[in-house]
Amino acid sequence: MTIANTATRRPVVLRASKLCKVYEMGEVSVHALKDVDLDLYEGELLVLLGASGSGKSTLLNILGGLDVASSGSLFFQQQGREQELSRASQTELTNYRREHVGFVFQFYNLIPSLTARENVALVTDIARSPMSPEEALELVGLGPRMHHFPAQLSGGEQQRVAIARAVAKRPHILLCDEPTGALDASTGRLVLSVLDRVNRETGTTTAIITHNAAIGEIGDTVVRMSSGEIVERHHNTQRANVEDVQW
Amino acid sequence: MVGPRRSGHAFERLTASLALRPLNRKLLRECWHLKGQMLSIALVVATGIMTVVTMRGSYESLIGAQQRYYTDMRFADVWTSLRRAPESLREQIEAIPGVALADTRVGLLATLDLEGLDAPAQGRFVSIPETGRPVLNDILVKRGRYVEPGAPDEVILSEKFANARGLNPGDTIRAIINGRSRELDIVGIAISPEHTYAVPPGSLLPEDDRYGVLWMGRRALGPAYDMDGAFNEAFIKLSPGANELAVIDALNRLLAPYGGFGAYARRDQASHVMLQGELDQNRVMGTAMPAVFLGVAVFLLHLVLGRLIATQRGEIAVLKAFGYHDWEVGRHFLMFAVVAVFVGATIGTVGGIMLGDAYIGVYRQYFDLPDLEYSLSPGLLLVALLVSVSGAFSGALGAVRKAASLPPAEAMRAEPPARFEPGLLEQLGIGKLLPASGRMILRNVERKPLQAFLSSLGVAFSVAILVIGTFMFDGVNHLIDLQFRQIQREDITVSFLQNLSGGVRHDLARLEGVTRVETYRMAPARLRFGHWSRETAIQGMEADGQLRRIITATGGVQPLPADGLVLSRVLADRLRVTTGDTVVVEMLEGRRQITSVRIAGIVEDFLGVSAYMNIDALHRLTGEHDVISGAYLSVTESERSALNLELKQIPAVAGVASPASMLASFEQQMAQNIFISVGFLVGFASVIAVGVVYNGARIALSERGRELASLRVMGFHRREVAVLLLGEQGIITMLAIPLGWVIGYGLAWMMVQGLQTDTFRIPYVVAPRTYMLSALVTILAAVASGLAVRRRLDSLDLISVLKTRE
Repeated sequence: MTIANTATRRPVVLRASKLCKVYEMGEVSVHALKDVDLDLYEGELLVLLGASGSGKSTLLNILGGLDVASSGSLFFQQQGREQELSRASQTELTNYRREHVGFVFQFYNLIPSLTARENVALVTDIARSPMSPEEALELVGLGPRMHHFPAQLSGGEQQRVAIARAVAKRPHILLCDEPTGALDASTGRLVLSVLDRVNRETGTTTAIITHNAAIGEIGDTVVRMSSGEIVERHHNTQRANVEDVQW
Repeated sequence: MVGPRRSGHAFERLTASLALRPLNRKLLRECWHLKGQMLSIALVVATGIMTVVTMRGSYESLIGAQQRYYTDMRFADVWTSLRRAPESLREQIEAIPGVALADTRVGLLATLDLEGLDAPAQGRFVSIPETGRPVLNDILVKRGRYVEPGAPDEVILSEKFANARGLNPGDTIRAIINGRSRELDIVGIAISPEHTYAVPPGSLLPEDDRYGVLWMGRRALGPAYDMDGAFNEAFIKLSPGANELAVIDALNRLLAPYGGFGAYARRDQASHVMLQGELDQNRVMGTAMPAVFLGVAVFLLHLVLGRLIATQRGEIAVLKAFGYHDWEVGRHFLMFAVVAVFVGATIGTVGGIMLGDAYIGVYRQYFDLPDLEYSLSPGLLLVALLVSVSGAFSGALGAVRKAASLPPAEAMRAEPPARFEPGLLEQLGIGKLLPASGRMILRNVERKPLQAFLSSLGVAFSVAILVIGTFMFDGVNHLIDLQFRQIQREDITVSFLQNLSGGVRHDLARLEGVTRVETYRMAPARLRFGHWSRETAIQGMEADGQLRRIITATGGVQPLPADGLVLSRVLADRLRVTTGDTVVVEMLEGRRQITSVRIAGIVEDFLGVSAYMNIDALHRLTGEHDVISGAYLSVTESERSALNLELKQIPAVAGVASPASMLASFEQQMAQNIFISVGFLVGFASVIAVGVVYNGARIALSERGRELASLRVMGFHRREVAVLLLGEQGIITMLAIPLGWVIGYGLAWMMVQGLQTDTFRIPYVVAPRTYMLSALVTILAAVASGLAVRRRLDSLDLISVLKTRE
């Protein structure tokens, strides 16, 4: 039932070409991204590997409309329509995030004053055709705990609420920045299996950033970055089971 | 925490060049980065200190000037007037035990004939020695010179009257003295503490264009009134430790055979009473206002600084991890308080001195005190400073201690997610009606109810300050309506030089234009109840009078009883009497009968101190039959000028007053004092509202930056996120408004109590307009603060917020 072999034949969702990002830090210019070309295909699970400072978060932020590239182009394609994100206004970027992108962060960033269900509802309230908050929480296995506040949930549970919140609006793209970075191995594996399941069951294009090379085994495509450049890409013929990944 | 953008290269260079220790450099830089917050805190401190320096400082300056003036002019301690006594009696007055100095003089009222004035003006002629100066009650010649011996037509004019009439030394003035018209040469313009306020007979307030004081040589004035070698006024300066009451009693006994009208102490001297009343009001304003402001400033410092430092938890932990002692860390953060107070105190002191100087400039025109200069006592400033510093420290200390008490590792870790639970409102089911954003706002308020309440209380003080600052307008409007439209309904008040037979009413009624005449009798009397006594004039009024009525505070007409006295509430309080008590009334005129009279009623009134009585009942007290002191007239408007001219020609008429001119004088007198304060208060209240709301929102932004950034990442628009952040401040502001109204209402009551004087009481009336204004100013200040914070929210750095832990 693997879909890895057919991945390249599916439509492109995000097409980045020659993306550069330069940060002006006083008198020094830092080149965080250098001429990055990357295509993200529909339904694909992409794992972005790299050490701290390799530029992977910068890339993810630009893909997610949180930041804009200094040069190069980025197109979002969906149902035959194309939007050039590299030239979008702040409001257009906000709408892009609002309608098409789900984010998961290392530090779950839940709203402490809202329950798990309400944190999810926060997003479903403003989405066009979301799943119900209950459905999203069932998807991450937290149905029974949906009336708990963040303070009453463990770290892994909080991250699963964050995933439910990200996928509830049925985004086209799910971007995860070190989603297991603050978790122990077994909880991390649980969170990854949730992401894996969401990707398989909903067909959401998913990009996961990690510095943990072992996690690369679960992706369709693995991209390694260093010093703002893509230094390696390969396609896994077979996505490994999350339970089998060791770190 | 949300890092403010690093800016200010010049500032960086400055701190670097100062070669400061790193911790101090951190302090300076962070104060600079938090400059908006620091400045708003400093302004609150400045406000508190400024009110102290300005209001209390100018009050102290006034008191100082009053004391110097009284001392320099040898202002008398005991006063009396009598019909006539030989000058030789003066030695006997001086011989009374407790008398240090005594002086006598001749004083009388005369009509002044002034061009361009259709109503008669009155002059109070006061004798002064041609050689040397008065022993007591000297005058200060401000322009021209003192009178010279052998020049019987020379006079010195009181300054306010001279200014009002445009008279100068070298001019002449015509007066009808003892029936003879005389042209007098004005040689000087002077002031005296005895006539700081010159109130014409039958009036409640000074009317400087119609009533003035004229000082004239004793040898010139005495013979004119058959007072050669005699006197009709006497004064005493008491020796230290003298028994004032005993001296007054002895003086009264000595002068009784000479028609003495009863001696009184300085505290009952008309001009002194008015000045003291003004100064007392000033004292209340100069004490209450700074106390409120300083209190609010201290409270805000406590609140805002505490929260500001609580957001620095991580930094405190890092410093401790580096090996800084708790006390070093504590001192460093307390320095934030010191900087805020120092900046605030500097602004407050400089601003306060400038404003105090301006205040005194206004008072100088108004109070007629020579060498009135603004001076600030260092003690006062020190107290204000200490109070501010302690307020700042108490706020800072709690937060610092809390942060410093954590082990560094724990403090460096992010605080666990704050605990939330559905609050009371949601348990009642209200939460279901709200969108998620509404629930977030509600839960944030409910999670820290004390903080929300204290913030609300802070804003409430801004509302309250506006209420107490402006409610006086409402009171004065109420008073004007009551006094000049409901109580004084006559067009003209005529007062006679001497009491006349009641038959005069028919003569008055026959005058062209007069439509109604009601007569009155003013009889000086001393009221006594137990140990308490008070001199006043009993006002006899016609039983079915329409022009003058007794109106209660609520606007109802209080019928005049056939017998017994109706007293002003103030007078009743002074005498400790209530309705039904019997007071001893000692008439100070005529046969000077002593009678017991029942108090038939007490009326809340706002101007002057009155004792009303049915005119017939008063006649029984005085033992006279149908004697009147004056009359209230209704006149046809078209005849008014002609009538004024005609009344002026009647020798028996001492004064013609009209409520309209009294109203004008009153409005002028009140307006200045009140208007000065209001602009001031609106500014101060805004500073307080901004101080709370701006800091509240800024701190909330740093506390909840990542939460708000998360929402922006999820696709929430700026406006939606701003609602979440500012909604809480909005709720706090809205809660503050009714709370502020209640506090303001209470403070207004306290001020009304404190501002009671014999001349004037402010009615306790707060109009809807005042509530609306106070709410509006506060809301505007809050909205402005919100907009300022919204700008920061718009430039929130989404990525860095989400990448960092704290």
